[in-house]
Amino acid sequence: MSTSTDGASIVTAVNPREMWATAMAAGKVRDVEFTTLSGEPVQPLYGPEDASVDYERDLGWPGQFPYTRGVHPTMYRGRLWTMRQFAGFGTARETNERFKFLLDHGQTGLSTAFDFPTLMGRDSDDPMCRGEVGQVGVAISSLRDMEMLMDGIPMDRVSTSMTINGPAPILLAFYIACAENQGVDPKVTRGTLQNDILKEYQAQHAWLVPPEPALRMITDVMSYCAEHVPKFNTISISGYHIREAGSTAAQELAFTLANGMEYVRRGIAAGMDVDEFAPRLSFFFDSHVDFFEEIAKFRAARRIWARKMRDEFGAKDPRSWMLRFHTQTAGVSLTAQQPENNIVRTAFEALAAVLGGTQSLHTNSMDETLSLPTEKAAKIALRTQQIIAEEIEVTNVVDPLAGSYFVEAETNRLEAQAEQYFLEVEQRGGVVPAIDAGYFQREIHNSAARYQRAVEAGRKRIVGVNSYVEDEGDGPEIEVHRIDPETEREALAGLRDLKRTRDGAAVERELAAVRETCHDGSNLLERFISAAHAYCTVGEIAQVLRDEFGEYREPKIL
Amino acid sequence: MVERKIRVLVGKPGLDGHDRGAKIVASVLRDHGMEVIYTGLHKTPEMIAEIAVQEDVDVVGLSILSGAHMELFPRVRKALEERGLGQVLLVGGGIIPKDDMRELEREGFAKLFGPGTKTDDIANYITDEMSRRWAKEGADV
Repeated sequence: MSTSTDGASIVTAVNPREMWATAMAAGKVRDVEFTTLSGEPVQPLYGPEDASVDYERDLGWPGQFPYTRGVHPTMYRGRLWTMRQFAGFGTARETNERFKFLLDHGQTGLSTAFDFPTLMGRDSDDPMCRGEVGQVGVAISSLRDMEMLMDGIPMDRVSTSMTINGPAPILLAFYIACAENQGVDPKVTRGTLQNDILKEYQAQHAWLVPPEPALRMITDVMSYCAEHVPKFNTISISGYHIREAGSTAAQELAFTLANGMEYVRRGIAAGMDVDEFAPRLSFFFDSHVDFFEEIAKFRAARRIWARKMRDEFGAKDPRSWMLRFHTQTAGVSLTAQQPENNIVRTAFEALAAVLGGTQSLHTNSMDETLSLPTEKAAKIALRTQQIIAEEIEVTNVVDPLAGSYFVEAETNRLEAQAEQYFLEVEQRGGVVPAIDAGYFQREIHNSAARYQRAVEAGRKRIVGVNSYVEDEGDGPEIEVHRIDPETEREALAGLRDLKRTRDGAAVERELAAVRETCHDGSNLLERFISAAHAYCTVGEIAQVLRDEFGEYREPKIL
Repeated sequence: MVERKIRVLVGKPGLDGHDRGAKIVASVLRDHGMEVIYTGLHKTPEMIAEIAVQEDVDVVGLSILSGAHMELFPRVRKALEERGLGQVLLVGGGIIPKDDMRELEREGFAKLFGPGTKTDDIANYITDEMSRRWAKEGADV
């Protein structure tokens, strides 16, 4: 203490921050673990010195490099995010009805969930698929099913996302052929194909053939679409499944971007100019329940991608630098206990995605730990987005959390951790060798196990699971959406009819041509479109690929 | 007397690729001192039963999150019975509505575990159930 000239006593010797730190250390704090959901320690307070940011270099302005603040100058004042609810179950006819229901209720884009047989490149009548047809998504075995799926839906106006990977190029071929049959030029069709095979080996496990031939099909899709289907996003590089499989936020961010960079390298190696295909790459992230960590993750993702694309890959087109992304709220954060609480979790997660600048969003329904959503639950989930968009005034201001010491510090932290993981991957020889060695799979499993231990020890709390638990007994649960057993029979009957009525000789010819294309290096997507028009099925085409390229065997990590 | 170790097969029948839960349960059971064999993904009921025979397991635990449990779980049970393994302790878990859990328990599944189950509860259930069975076997001899 000293005395100023006017005699008042003022503090000079003690730094105010240190004063706060002393008071904080002396204060009583609750007996819980103060970490992010990913287990990262967080300080009780962040100040200017914790968030070192060079404004122009690290943040910039919306629509400008490095896009930390968003990819569009106007963000949600210009255009809201696309509300894109993932839907699909049963037969193509049933999903077509759900699509029309969602469009009637104000949804602005379609998002197709396929059943496991389709995801694994198998027809509904494959003996491996009994009991799985139409269960977790729609069963699409051929162009005929695709035509039923899109019946009465204007393919020149609606954008369609298709969540499929192993056989993605085959399903895209069905979509393109379907548009042609509707009289729509594929050049005007808009949508997104997930087509991200690397994360299948790492996390989601719906693969078809080993990584090298799978990557060749992806570059075939990129080059074909650059010319013929230019408005389609050819890959949605997905962290969602990595996170849902148990990774931390930093791992989701890093592994996803590492995969993205691998696709870029492959595209360049296939002889394309980076700016020819990079603008059509899009991303897909999870939005989990840790509000600030997630917002920082989205911001870090944009900044890292812009820097890599411009500075490492030499992209010159600003659209190649921009990381555009879809978000889905975290399925794993939902609880079977007191399921109505899931509406609240989803709302927070959706808000984080919006504050993080997402381009499109799926909000989960409260009943998804029990079954596919009922119509009522799906509507509440969509309404949640509409409330965020229209009622709570968060869309007025671009990137409103920029400059928050905490959010900027977290953004920096996640970028630094991602860089560490990029080195780890590089040291293992790149993404594919790291997959073969089980590196990603083991990292994800270890994080999942750590989180599970934290929950079981009560260090991480989940309301209804290890906190405020209610005895639910065997009492009634909320309504469950069940798939009619008739679905499988209907799909099988349709397929039998198709196989009887199509031109068998044309099918044989087309499949032989696919076989040849596997080895002659010409474009497989182009070949698949021709096969689609002859009504070859996904299972038939995929079987040729399995025969020629071999089946993938997962490395043992356990 | 050497303590007998419980041998468990953790299986993923069907096309479903969700293995987070199965792998966590497998590692927790291992931490509880059991011998655990994990089948890997995309196995048919018959493949799982074959592995159960080869590995001579006491317990088979199945995981499905794809909605195909009412088709595939009973087929695993049948495939086990056909191979003379009708007596193994059969448990399962996943996204399974309560009505289905009750039906599977009537059809020979000892217990089904839903989302939010503590992994230690699964391990303790298996340990208790196997000790009870072995004590009974001992008394019967």
